[in-house]
Amino acid sequence: MPDGARRRSLAALLALFALAGRARSQPVMNPAPGIDARIINTPEGALQSILNGATMRKGRVHLDVPAVAENGHSVGMTVRVDSPMSESDCVRQIDLIADKNPVPRVATFFLGPESGRAEIESRLRLNGTQRVTAIARLSDGSFWFDAVDVTVNELACLDGG
Amino acid sequence: MTARIQVPQRARRGEIVDVRIVIQHPMETGFRYDALGRQTPRNVIHTLVCRYDGADVFRAEMGAGIAANPFLRFPVRAKGTGDIECRWIDSENVAGVASARLTVAA
Repeated sequence: MPDGARRRSLAALLALFALAGRARSQPVMNPAPGIDARIINTPEGALQSILNGATMRKGRVHLDVPAVAENGHSVGMTVRVDSPMSESDCVRQIDLIADKNPVPRVATFFLGPESGRAEIESRLRLNGTQRVTAIARLSDGSFWFDAVDVTVNELACLDGG
Repeated sequence: MTARIQVPQRARRGEIVDVRIVIQHPMETGFRYDALGRQTPRNVIHTLVCRYDGADVFRAEMGAGIAANPFLRFPVRAKGTGDIECRWIDSENVAGVASARLTVAA
């Protein structure tokens, strides 16, 4: 084998190992078909996996997260969507995306007419100051969102959190 | 796994009640290292399903972005007297269940 070719194949082999290592270090949640595994853990990839090509509009969703959080271990979050929650017009799904979390797609909630009201409360873990987005998918297939910027004074991912 | 579920004891038919649940769970992110430098494996409650009146009325899929000892509050429309039952499972396939009875007056 000529020297140049051997060097190239060696480089390719090393690149392959590097890629595999990278893939291992990134936990993948909800891997969606058709979404590149390398971007699933970016805010854009998470958004793509939810919208699947559709567009979303601002409104109807009210995301309530404090503007400033002392630390990121546990940040209260309430999301509410204006909807009659009837059989024909209801919220089917609510997704939460935290832009700077290692896995931006934080949670997905599934609800329906039997919920009666579209309002969910939980507590988030936030890796620093960032934007949190709530996206609702309605029964007619439309997507609506609200986004809030949260200042986190002490991140969740540094120590025992 | 210890959990606490809270539902109002009684409701009128059609009334919307809040279900509150807290589950004792570390929601391990998989990004932490112990004193010996070993990575603590990721372990989160990834799915929680609430069943009431013969149907699944709520489902949550969660990741490490939900705080330790996950808390959830979600609404359910009162239809008939029965148990509101939440079941969940974590990354180590440890499952749990908690339920509360709701009495519905016509």
